[in-house]
Amino acid sequence: MTELAYLAAGVLFILGLKGLTSPRTARRGNRLASIGMLLAIVVVVFDLLGLDETMTWGIVIAGVVVGGGIGAFLALRVQMTNMPQLVAAFNGFGGGSSALVAATTVIATNAAMPSETGTTTVLSLVIGAVTLTGSFVAFAKLQGLIGGKPVSIPGGPVTNGVIAAATVAFGVVAVTTNSPSAYWAATALALILGLTAVLPIGGADMPVVISLLNSFSGIAAAMAGFIIGNQALIVGGALVGAAGLILTLDMSVAMNRSIANILFSGFGGAVADEEIGTKPVKRATAEDAAIALSYAERVIVVPGYGLAVAQAQHAVRDLANALEEKGVEVHYAIHPVAGRMPGHMNVLLAEADIPYDLLLDLEQSNPRFSQTDVVLIVGANDVVNPAAKNDEDSPIYGMPILDVDEATTVIVVKRSLSPGFAGIDNPLFYEDGTMMYFADAKVALEDTLAAIGQL
Amino acid sequence: MSPEFIQGIVVFVLASFVGFEVIRQVPPTLHTPLMSGANAISGITIVGAIIAAATGSAWVAGILGFLAVTFAMINVVGGFLVTDRMLEMFKKLPGKSR
Repeated sequence: MTELAYLAAGVLFILGLKGLTSPRTARRGNRLASIGMLLAIVVVVFDLLGLDETMTWGIVIAGVVVGGGIGAFLALRVQMTNMPQLVAAFNGFGGGSSALVAATTVIATNAAMPSETGTTTVLSLVIGAVTLTGSFVAFAKLQGLIGGKPVSIPGGPVTNGVIAAATVAFGVVAVTTNSPSAYWAATALALILGLTAVLPIGGADMPVVISLLNSFSGIAAAMAGFIIGNQALIVGGALVGAAGLILTLDMSVAMNRSIANILFSGFGGAVADEEIGTKPVKRATAEDAAIALSYAERVIVVPGYGLAVAQAQHAVRDLANALEEKGVEVHYAIHPVAGRMPGHMNVLLAEADIPYDLLLDLEQSNPRFSQTDVVLIVGANDVVNPAAKNDEDSPIYGMPILDVDEATTVIVVKRSLSPGFAGIDNPLFYEDGTMMYFADAKVALEDTLAAIGQL
Repeated sequence: MSPEFIQGIVVFVLASFVGFEVIRQVPPTLHTPLMSGANAISGITIVGAIIAAATGSAWVAGILGFLAVTFAMINVVGGFLVTDRMLEMFKKLPGKSR
């Protein structure tokens, strides 16, 4: 019976994820998945109550209360702009929990395990440990606790390669010799690897890192499922592993870079060329922007990470409402890697009550730019850089971009002419149809709205 | 390999394929809720954590078990709640009123 109940939990997870295929059914889907989780918890508790052994329930209850309290507090308090770091932290806790489950197995058996259980134990320990420390480095970078720029590790990728190889070696020794200390050595190395692997990765590559760590947290859970022989863990873990992997691949396609390149190159934060900023640009004021936008028929807003930093999502909505009252059609074009995690911009715009029907992805937006009068770029840079199409020498050459230069007029709201994360100059800024509006995103949008009112 | 282990591999592989096929259909606009929701599901390790915490005899095992349950619960409760909070905000274009 318990097996069937766990199967039901697994089915609820699948139905829950299926719900997420449409915004209409997504909320119900998430609730179905949470019911599956509750079912699994109830089943394991009854299962343990049925055993004729003394249980340390106090420890379980303490963990449930403390963990549930912290989780609820974080979930209800977080600002939508800070969602990437929260998800990173949650990933870390999930991976850490799976590693701890594996660790208690090593202690309980004193590492005397058949090689198949030993293998899954090592995998759960190692993957969980990498997820734990890697996620907290990602969290610290996104939260601004440590700089978002790549931190170089002595020896670079070679060091990481050596640590990874040593981790695998100790893992093999652990499984073949049933030695507890080899298990702990592999775990300790994996904890270090999480730090040294994520530290050198730049802030704008975080969508990939978070997706990959998400996948890892699922795989670690599935491995823990093998250890305790529980199908619900295997199913749930495999689903999450697949979800994270899909998002990771999506992100690397959207950057036109291989996952290996993202993880090992320390791309970004390169010192900008000195010639940047010496070429003439056309500057715009709030009045210029107001006139261009008000007399347009079709406007597309391109949001980027700068919008999140400035908390400007509500200002965008107010501006769009004013334009729509004047009969201007406003859409939003969202590049897959805009922001710091997949779908980050969509959540921010949803928070500002912008209907999801108006949000266009890369394929939907590119055919529209040639019929668009004004493109308003708010805090985005590399994802609209035509060098990705035209300049074979550019580091981002080949990356799919939003073809904003096909619109009649482009207004770029940006704090300064400084290059984006990739440290690459953007030829778009010097084009005839481009106006540069140097200001904080929120201030610029509010001033433009005020100027529209005075037209 | 034991039959249970092989059965586990079968389940793992099939679930991965089901996951791949279902999640491929998730539109980019829902990628953040997908990630936080999937993240909550990875908290299913709570089952293993509860077993570890309830059956641990030594004090070290007790501490590790407590941490395992705490971490998993942060993941589960936080993940589902924050996903619900996000999904609540996603709204359709209301007719022609705009």
